[in-house]
Amino acid sequence: MTQTLRTPPDSPGPPPTPRRWGRDLLALGRNTWRGLTSMRTALILLFLLALAALPGAFIPQRGPSPQAVKDYFVAHPTLAPLLDKIGVFDLFATPWFSAVYLLLFISLVGCLVPRTWEQVRSLRAPTVAVPRNLSRLPHHAAGTDPRDPDDVLAAARTRLRGWKVDVRDEPGGVRTISAEKGALREVGNVVFHMSLLALLVGIAVGKLFGYEGNVIVMADGSEFCNSGILAYDTFRPGLRVDGTNLDPFCVDVDHFSAQYRPDGAADSFAADVRYSDAAQIASGAAPTPGTIAVNEPLRFDGERVYLLGHGYAPQFTVTFPDGAQRTQAIQWEPVDQTTFLSQGATKFDRPGVTTDAERRRTQLAITGLFAPTSSGGDIVTSTYPAPTNPEVAADVYRGDLGLDSGKGQSIYGIDQSMVDQGRLVKVARQNLVPGQTLTLDDGTRIRFDAVKEWVNIQVSHDPAQDAVLVAAIALLVGITLSLTIKRRRFWVRVTPPTTGPGSPSTTDGRTVAGTGSSVELGGLARTDQAGYGEEFDRLRADLLGRDRPSAGGAPARDDVPDEQRDNGGTG
Amino acid sequence: MNVDAPLGDFGDVLFYSALAVYILAMLLHAVEHGLLRRTEPVAAPATAAVPAGVAAGGVDEPGGGAVVPDDPALTDEPPAGTTGAPRAPRPASERFGRMGVALTVLGAALHLAMLVVRGTAAHRPPWGNMYEFVAAVTLVGVVAWLVVLSRRPELRRLGVFVLLPVIVLMFLGGTVLYTQTAPVVPALHSYWLAIHVTAAVISSGILLVAGVASVLYLLRSVHDANGRLAWTARLPAADVLDRVAYRATAVAFPIWTFAVIAGAIWAEAAWGRYWGWDPKETTAFIAWVIYAGYLHARSTAGWRGRKAAAVNVVGFAVMVFNLFFINLVVTGLHSYAGVG
Ligand code: HEM
Repeated sequence: MTQTLRTPPDSPGPPPTPRRWGRDLLALGRNTWRGLTSMRTALILLFLLALAALPGAFIPQRGPSPQAVKDYFVAHPTLAPLLDKIGVFDLFATPWFSAVYLLLFISLVGCLVPRTWEQVRSLRAPTVAVPRNLSRLPHHAAGTDPRDPDDVLAAARTRLRGWKVDVRDEPGGVRTISAEKGALREVGNVVFHMSLLALLVGIAVGKLFGYEGNVIVMADGSEFCNSGILAYDTFRPGLRVDGTNLDPFCVDVDHFSAQYRPDGAADSFAADVRYSDAAQIASGAAPTPGTIAVNEPLRFDGERVYLLGHGYAPQFTVTFPDGAQRTQAIQWEPVDQTTFLSQGATKFDRPGVTTDAERRRTQLAITGLFAPTSSGGDIVTSTYPAPTNPEVAADVYRGDLGLDSGKGQSIYGIDQSMVDQGRLVKVARQNLVPGQTLTLDDGTRIRFDAVKEWVNIQVSHDPAQDAVLVAAIALLVGITLSLTIKRRRFWVRVTPPTTGPGSPSTTDGRTVAGTGSSVELGGLARTDQAGYGEEFDRLRADLLGRDRPSAGGAPARDDVPDEQRDNGGTG
Repeated sequence: MNVDAPLGDFGDVLFYSALAVYILAMLLHAVEHGLLRRTEPVAAPATAAVPAGVAAGGVDEPGGGAVVPDDPALTDEPPAGTTGAPRAPRPASERFGRMGVALTVLGAALHLAMLVVRGTAAHRPPWGNMYEFVAAVTLVGVVAWLVVLSRRPELRRLGVFVLLPVIVLMFLGGTVLYTQTAPVVPALHSYWLAIHVTAAVISSGILLVAGVASVLYLLRSVHDANGRLAWTARLPAADVLDRVAYRATAVAFPIWTFAVIAGAIWAEAAWGRYWGWDPKETTAFIAWVIYAGYLHARSTAGWRGRKAAAVNVVGFAVMVFNLFFINLVVTGLHSYAGVG
């Protein structure tokens, strides 16, 4: 990084030669790369990532809560469009959010590759030789042992099982052990960062090749088949999904059941289904029975089918004056989630009508409110979500429903503008319980037959989901290893009994007289972690005997981690 | 599932008893803290000016497992060994401090009993709404603090600062967030609830202790730099606080990571996707990134110390924000709050 782009200010100078340009560009590139992959940049990018995600905590997002976004537009008519321009409602798909995490992950790759390489080398490398002066280390102890050096060494080796150990000899019959433990810390760190990458890739694959679709199915044996976009009410494809070639499978919903508490809150709900996978469909084999419940999706062949909601569909039979009958039950929408008071519109075309003009005079719509447990009385309200005492407050409209206008309309209501124009007229209003009939002025009879239940089914398809889970588990293991394991070193130097001048002495200058080997221990923890003092003391007790105090006067303690050491330990 | 309402109400009694005992304990610790100056000449400017690094010389984990109470290194005096000063008889501050600790233990016992009672009354883990969640988090915070204390008794003087946020949170939990014992909505009937929320509770409680240590670190380092905030001279040395913050975060971060992953697993089963940027998920992610930033900062030149501590404080602020603001103000899929 010593190379800089040297362009003297104010002096025209000779034009840079192409070779120089090349070199400068190279230097620029290298410096940029170094800058991008430095810890400092990674840190800044991490904070930027947190900052960029912050609006997502306050401002509703289209993905998870489209309705809240609409409400936001109503509540903030001037601000919302501005926010929308910069993509705040789709924050996590905006280019600027992506830019932050992509830069972060480029930085991560640049940082990880050399580190992994270094890692592999250091795992293979021999341990660090015993420092000359063990008494300078943060953990140090010395003593004597009656056995000869080889026996002392053998005992120490046994004690240091599980450590990475190298035995080295020094002149004068001095034998040493260098031991290291905790390399898994670095491994954990690399595994953690690698898993982050794998996680991102997995998420991306899911976003490209996955899809989600919702559909409402009557819980009366009706069937849903994953045949294409049109099979769904709403469909959210991944970027590389066009809605063709979906994995074929079918689900028949036979029955829905819910348990409610006395206060009306739901305790559980479940749907009994039968499903056929591609093979069953191809071979015509019987479908497999199953249940879908809250928190318990149906899982087969990598497909996931969820039960996300439910509601009621009042079934009406219309008998026209000419005797023709039509029966229909379509979903009504719960407007109150605790009582399941629902609203909707069940729409009929008169059979046998041939001209459009006549059709536009004779269409029927039964709208109004449905109460699963009616309070009784003229005004229908619901007191409980289970269908114990169902009643419909029916408003019947006749005329032009406006279905041919090309304008989309809600399945839960009629086109109010048709009513305003007088083209759709209210012709009856009556409360009905199952079995009751109302009669229109032209003799048309409308019977409220029964109540059906519907379920909102979601199909989620994500080919990378299992890979994401594996990456997440690896990430967790990695970070746990990295943050709990201490890297530490332990050294033993055994000096044979002194026999004459020039014989070795311990590093703090004392000559150990008499018989027996003199043993010196040293320890160094390389990470900012507590507890090595205690481990060192246990090692000392085992190797030197229990009651020997640690020599050198300095209390055994955690050492300052290397990196703080480098910086003079300023906190 | 029936709810035993009288039993749940008894849980509330226990909750307020625990709160009252904590307040008493905090007052005792406050007295302890106030007495420190008189019994230990630490506020004198001359000694207060000793750089933290010097005082920190003997501050690291005491060797041999024998921990010296009132470690002299924690005052701003040079270590006792070098001055040869005779050890004073047990000072009044210590007596108050010990009483404070005893009451804290008592409070924690009541606190634990409260959660057991609430759980028994509702037949589910006692963290199904925000009131219970806050109660559980603060209990973990107190227990984490007691664990720190059992290892480093010399940190006892921090008691008042740890108990203060515990008391504030419990007070808010018992008033603003209060909810009667009740079962939870179907989406919460899952053993992943127990796993996910338990992990979130444990990590949040530990992070509370880390956050307190970092706040105190910041205050203390202001004092070390320019002598202001004289009262902080009675706190443990800056790098002791830094270490407490780091170790607590290092323990809590993997647990928080696990909580987020478990939440994603639960979301996959309950809502059809493992991650959907629901406001609660978003904020959990932000907190996670900030704590990752803190751990990074501590090994980045130029970021250790004050900047890192500030990051840790921001991290905890986001956790608190996640608990209060997101649950109360922003609505998402986490139909969990059970408030109102
Ligand atoms: C993608 C976002 C990233 C996240 C969420 C993240 C998270 C973390 C966490 C939580 C730690 C602490 C664990 C430990 O100390 O071992 C850590 C450590 C570390 N990270 Fe990252 N990191 C990210 C990106 C990066 C990048 C881009 C670099 C390279 C510039 C990097 C280099 C390091 C290093 C060197 C350590 C070890 C520090 C130490 O030894 O204490 N990380 N990271």
